Amino acid sequence: MDALFIQLLNGLDKGGAYALIALGLTLTFGTLGVVNFAHGAIFMIGAFCAVSFQQILTISKKVKDESITFFDAFKDQPYLEIWWGDTGRAIIDYAVPLSILFAIPVMLLIGFAMERGLIRHFYKRTHAEQILVTFGLAIILQEVVRSIFGANPIPTSAPDIVAGSAPIGVLLGMSPDLVYPWWRLIYFAFSMSIIGGVFAFLKYTTFGMVVRAGMHDRDTVGLLGINIQRRFTIVFGLATVVAGLAGAMYAPILSPDYHMGMDFLILSFVVVVVGGMGSLEGAVAAGFLLGIMQSFASMNEIKSIIPGIDQIIIYLIAVVIILVRPRGLMGKRGVMED
Amino acid sequence: MSKKDSNSTDISRRSVLKGGTALAAASTMPMFFIKDAWAAKNFRNNPGNSKTVTLGFNVPQTGAYADEGADELRAFKLAVKHLNGEGDGGMMNTMKPLHLKGNGILGKKVVYVTGDTQTKSDAARASAKRMIEKDGVLMFSGGSSSGVAVAVQSLAQEMGVIFMAGLTHSNDTTGKDKRRYGFRHFFNAKMSGAALGPVLKQEMGTDRNAYHLTSDYTWGWTQEQSIKETTEALGWHTVKTVKTPVGAGDFSQYITPILNSGADTLILNHYGKDMVNSLTQSVQFGLRDKIVNGKQFEIIVPLYSRLMAQGAGDNLKGILGTTNWNWALKDAGSQAFVKSFGNAYGFPPSQAAHTCYVQTLLYANACEMAGSFYPPEVIKQLEGFKFDGMGNGATEYRAEDHQCFKDVLVVRGNQNPTSQFDLLEIVKEVPRADVEYDASIFGGELGPYEV
Repeated sequence: MDALFIQLLNGLDKGGAYALIALGLTLTFGTLGVVNFAHGAIFMIGAFCAVSFQQILTISKKVKDESITFFDAFKDQPYLEIWWGDTGRAIIDYAVPLSILFAIPVMLLIGFAMERGLIRHFYKRTHAEQILVTFGLAIILQEVVRSIFGANPIPTSAPDIVAGSAPIGVLLGMSPDLVYPWWRLIYFAFSMSIIGGVFAFLKYTTFGMVVRAGMHDRDTVGLLGINIQRRFTIVFGLATVVAGLAGAMYAPILSPDYHMGMDFLILSFVVVVVGGMGSLEGAVAAGFLLGIMQSFASMNEIKSIIPGIDQIIIYLIAVVIILVRPRGLMGKRGVMED
Repeated sequence: MSKKDSNSTDISRRSVLKGGTALAAASTMPMFFIKDAWAAKNFRNNPGNSKTVTLGFNVPQTGAYADEGADELRAFKLAVKHLNGEGDGGMMNTMKPLHLKGNGILGKKVVYVTGDTQTKSDAARASAKRMIEKDGVLMFSGGSSSGVAVAVQSLAQEMGVIFMAGLTHSNDTTGKDKRRYGFRHFFNAKMSGAALGPVLKQEMGTDRNAYHLTSDYTWGWTQEQSIKETTEALGWHTVKTVKTPVGAGDFSQYITPILNSGADTLILNHYGKDMVNSLTQSVQFGLRDKIVNGKQFEIIVPLYSRLMAQGAGDNLKGILGTTNWNWALKDAGSQAFVKSFGNAYGFPPSQAAHTCYVQTLLYANACEMAGSFYPPEVIKQLEGFKFDGMGNGATEYRAEDHQCFKDVLVVRGNQNPTSQFDLLEIVKEVPRADVEYDASIFGGELGPYEV
């Protein structure tokens, strides 16, 4: 029972990341009709927002390390620590959660620049052309990050207070041995709150209502005198922020490197296809479903029956869904069915 | 006197005496004449009359082992400096026997080219091929992945260029995949197991249930096999061995099944960033705090280095493993190297840096001993070469498999470090005799000298 519960939690935090990326992809596809292959790169840039913010906070002065006598050794002492002592140390410790404040405007700007500078020129083009151009953009973004930060993963730690494990067994009245990393629980809660926020924004605001109407019938909304295009540009920015925040908060789980976006992009496209192209609910449901399935498939009991199943389970499910229900779990009839 | 017929086959007493004298003179001729003859012999990338010789340093500058690669490159550059008579000379002050003069190799200044293996066999082979064919390197070195080392070592044999392996720990490198043109100074998984076994028995007893997470390539496989043999010989039970892809990043899906597997010991056959990630995540999942079967859950990292200890931080404290060399060793060779490296870069060298530095000096020394760059003769000088003053005590390059034999260090993540680099505590210096094994157990053929 404990083993199943742990796998469920593991699936939920993975699923949280898949769902957040897939949500952004679906928003872009649903509003602008654009298949955005640069969305994984946006997730990666979000992670590097956390890295950059941490590096800014830890700009250091070199001081001589007196404990080394063999040669002249130096250690880095961050200016924040020199100036503010314990307060400075605490700010550095909280670099990742604080980086959200940094990531929101940065990602919004990147989103607007991408949409206005490139994506809008491809609204009327075929999906194949959109895929080609956004994939090219993803490679450019990757290489830019690689040239600035190098090719190696950069460890980015969570605040010390949540670096260990939560005694969830004790908290939930289960086995006292049952623990789960705090940050992964926080990530799951964070992804749920972002998903909830996006849905609430689309459902309970006038802006959201117009966007949903536009997703349903863009021409009619335009005939009502509403500048739907401007709203869609904002939605593109919103999708970029969602993916960016997903990346920033994921940095302590997976050390960011320039290529991480590609790994997530492929999985997220599978999630979108399984959920149904254009269906926000489908993207979220499929994200969590596939995360959980992947996690259960990694159990030794399952792998002893089908070796290597954990590596292919997501693609296997995608194949079955496409064969049985081409529009995905919650997709609209006629959308990407042929 | 009549002119002699040129086709005459008559043999006079005088001509026999002349011929005999010439033959005797040739057989007693000083060695340097013969060495000159080798020098004149044509071989790939023969520097001839050039004033420089080029060495190739093919290291992972990207990928899971990039930190080790960067440190290897620093060591190579330092070795080249010392060979050319620049700097303080480092281990050239302590190496015995020493034939190096600080004037390059055989009087030719050493220059170098570098390449990025990307921690991938195909990229490493392409980079090494470029070095050999385009840059004309006489020897190439580098490592950090045994998959890469095995791949480029076979290329070295095909192309007749010596490969002095950097960090490679798989048994295969000098086992089933050994090559005449490949040499390894670094220790291997078999030696790690032999060194670690008695310490594990003493500290953890003979009744343990071990779970292995293993990098899915030659190094991981052979380390898992060697450590498994060692622990099972102690009486431990192997619960499960699970292969993980190199560079997996998020190991949570491999760690969660351990929690309820009944295992009380996790053996991480991971290296570099993989080890840092898997260990950190294992600690995050509470493994080190668990009590299983009435025993404290333990994690073992059979191969680790100071660079990894730096990345893993507090998570590595108290964890046992082995290492080829450590900067805190007190012998004259180690101290000379640490001082030289530290002054150049501001921090001590890693074990990867140490092995690469030593390999470069050993190759140069062998060329001096051979009096030539002719690879078969340099190989013969390295085979069975016994040396000291390079940081691991008396060392020998075993001729049968080109594996160096020397003392091995069992280390533990330091609980109370006295400096930012004091991350590994030396638990035991296991003598060379305790880690030696029969060269034939892994099979393989070295192949010919002439290619």
